[in-house]
Amino acid sequence: MGLTKESTGKNAVDSMLQIKKMTPDDKVIAIAGNPNVGKSTVFNGLTGLNQHTGNWPGKTVTNAQGYCRYGNSGYVLVDIPGTYSLMAHSSEEEVARNFICFGEPDAVIVVCDATCLERNLNLVLQTLEITRKVVVCVNLMDEAKRKHMQIDLDAISRKLGVPVTGTVARRKKSLDKLMQSVENLMKLDKDTPFKIEYIKPIEDAVAQLEPIIKSKVKKIDSRWLSLKLLDYDESLITALNDYLGYDLLADSHIREGLAKAKQVLSDNGITSDILRDKIVAGLVLTAESICSDTVHFDKRDYYARDRKIDKILTGKWTGFPIMVALLMGVLWLTITGANYPSAMLSDALFWIEDRLTDAFHWLGAPDWLHGMLVLGVYRVLAWVVSVMLPPMAIFFPLFTLLEDLGYLPRVAFNLDKYFKKCRACGKQALTMCMGFGCNAAGIIGCRIIDSPRERLIAIITNNFVPCNGRFPTLIAILTMFFAGAAAGPLESVYLAVLLTGVIVMGIFATFIVSRFLSGTVLKGVPSSFTLELPPFRKPQIGKVVVRSIFDRTLFVLGRAVAVAAPAGLVIWTMANLRINDLTLLAHCSRFLDPFAKLLGMDGVILIAFILGLPANEIAFPIIIMAYMSSGSLMELDNLWDLKQLLVENGWTWITAVSTMLFSLLHWPCSTTCLTIKKETQSLKWTAISVIVPTVIGIIVCFIFSGIARLLTS
Amino acid sequence: MNSIISLKDLKQGQRARVKSLLSTGSIRRRLQDLGLIEGTEVECLQKSPAGDPVAYLIRGAVIALRSEDSSNVLVN
Repeated sequence: MGLTKESTGKNAVDSMLQIKKMTPDDKVIAIAGNPNVGKSTVFNGLTGLNQHTGNWPGKTVTNAQGYCRYGNSGYVLVDIPGTYSLMAHSSEEEVARNFICFGEPDAVIVVCDATCLERNLNLVLQTLEITRKVVVCVNLMDEAKRKHMQIDLDAISRKLGVPVTGTVARRKKSLDKLMQSVENLMKLDKDTPFKIEYIKPIEDAVAQLEPIIKSKVKKIDSRWLSLKLLDYDESLITALNDYLGYDLLADSHIREGLAKAKQVLSDNGITSDILRDKIVAGLVLTAESICSDTVHFDKRDYYARDRKIDKILTGKWTGFPIMVALLMGVLWLTITGANYPSAMLSDALFWIEDRLTDAFHWLGAPDWLHGMLVLGVYRVLAWVVSVMLPPMAIFFPLFTLLEDLGYLPRVAFNLDKYFKKCRACGKQALTMCMGFGCNAAGIIGCRIIDSPRERLIAIITNNFVPCNGRFPTLIAILTMFFAGAAAGPLESVYLAVLLTGVIVMGIFATFIVSRFLSGTVLKGVPSSFTLELPPFRKPQIGKVVVRSIFDRTLFVLGRAVAVAAPAGLVIWTMANLRINDLTLLAHCSRFLDPFAKLLGMDGVILIAFILGLPANEIAFPIIIMAYMSSGSLMELDNLWDLKQLLVENGWTWITAVSTMLFSLLHWPCSTTCLTIKKETQSLKWTAISVIVPTVIGIIVCFIFSGIARLLTS
Repeated sequence: MNSIISLKDLKQGQRARVKSLLSTGSIRRRLQDLGLIEGTEVECLQKSPAGDPVAYLIRGAVIALRSEDSSNVLVN
């Protein structure tokens, strides 16, 4: 029982999912639904887990599972990717379909958006064709209420013959009701799927085939399987044969029956294309008729507010300015807000460092031990925490707010034309937004792009969006070297403008490289594209803040810290281990120096980027550490002392800009590389994802520093 | 006023019913999944700032389509 490698087939995205039951009696419940209907919120509410949520289609791209107890039973809940259909046009749909069909869940909860019920019912109907064990969860009832929609859930339930429960996923009570329905459903043992009437020739063909299927295959609904065999779908047949353990079509009876049934269709002039159309039409029209007398709302009223907002957010004259202003605003708040706590944290952490030093002296610990642990490990840790934590703790919640509101799909809508010009997909904008948080997350997010060619483009270029690990570095350098032009309150505005400029450069790099890839290694034309612009939703501010701090900030910080500690050790050792009167670090940086100088940097900076491979966050602390250990040791109380240190080590504005450019344009961190490898299943594309940004970074830095030196000399 | 045009030629604010889908392959299925079948009413909501894609109201959901795809949907 459960989903095994065999049952999902070779092409499934998550073939490794193993259902983890706590007791053998636990029931397995699949949570399905259209993209962006709050599936993950329902899942989180029931399991107490923190699967990431957000108001844009395609958030959940893998099967996640969690556990929930209700009454006397335990339930394993599986959150499957959002799909519009189970006809499997993309890898996520294949995962969803295979789990519902062959994962043998005890029940399926289909989550629907109350404000868009008719379309959502399409998936409900398709699920009902496979299994009767369905609970329809009409989510976002609060949004529907706000839009003055009246939905007669009982009537829908009567029509469908399965429980229909209205929920507001963030309210525990309504979720209890949902689980009550699930429990009730478990007690029923009838399992005759809901029947959708198709046009007569199709019904006649099914009548030919179904009895044969029924006698041969027990584990799967015969009517559904007959329909699927008529509407031949190769990926389904492959998954089906894997599940059954034998080749269904090898059976001569079935082959004969299928041939007869197909004859019925062709006698009636129904080709395979027409068949597919008629099946879809059957589903859509059934959904329409179910909703026609159970859902009531005033259309004008309902759409008016969102349309007004969209007119502004995606308007001809306002769309782009607002986009830039929002980006700048978020960055400004981040910079301004982070200043003060950053200074406080650094004071506190360095005060602790002094006390640690005292303790080491008092214990009579040898100097090298103190050096390694306090000056090495602890100091880099302290730097990473004080520089990284405050900006992240501000940026993530702000960004999550925009995400929950539903703004991100509007960004994709605004920018799609330019992606089309680069022969890429507009949804790449969504994956770039994810990249702001973490490039590895952005790359996983690329699964929302259906065309493999366009997905690869999005994966390779994702690194041009500076992730949160690189923001603080950029902010620190900008503050030290360029904020001087404007003093006082204007300073942070000026900084935000500069940082926005850096990001816009990254976006340009994305466009240029996407276009370049489309013309060379990833030749092709832009594929078709549909993008849903979801209704705006009121974000729950409190929850957003808590969630983004605990889920994202602490997670990313934890990773940085885990990398920073050993890196601190390595760098301290390198800076203190002498060979031929020179430290190891000096040897390395001397070796890299000539090349680094060509790029406007120095050997130390390049080493820092190399050692920063596991996490970009630590690159800057390594630079500081390297300078401090080789130069005069001093206290760094604020950024101005730091600037002093950098200037003493030969930094000019050219060094600063080159370092920023290289930070924006260099190899992805190791986590991202591993993710790329996992997602593309190819070393070649992983290598290209490393080489492309690195080569571009080298070229850009070389040209920039060359010109800058010429101009200043 | 019953002439057949493509969805692409629909002006902002105009509504029409789908006559037929010319697109093939996966985009055809995708559009059908969204409920875009013969007889479905579609309203053109607005263009994106760059003029393409355009947002349409299809069965209660707002869906953006590129001109290449909307030109393959005939409406009247």
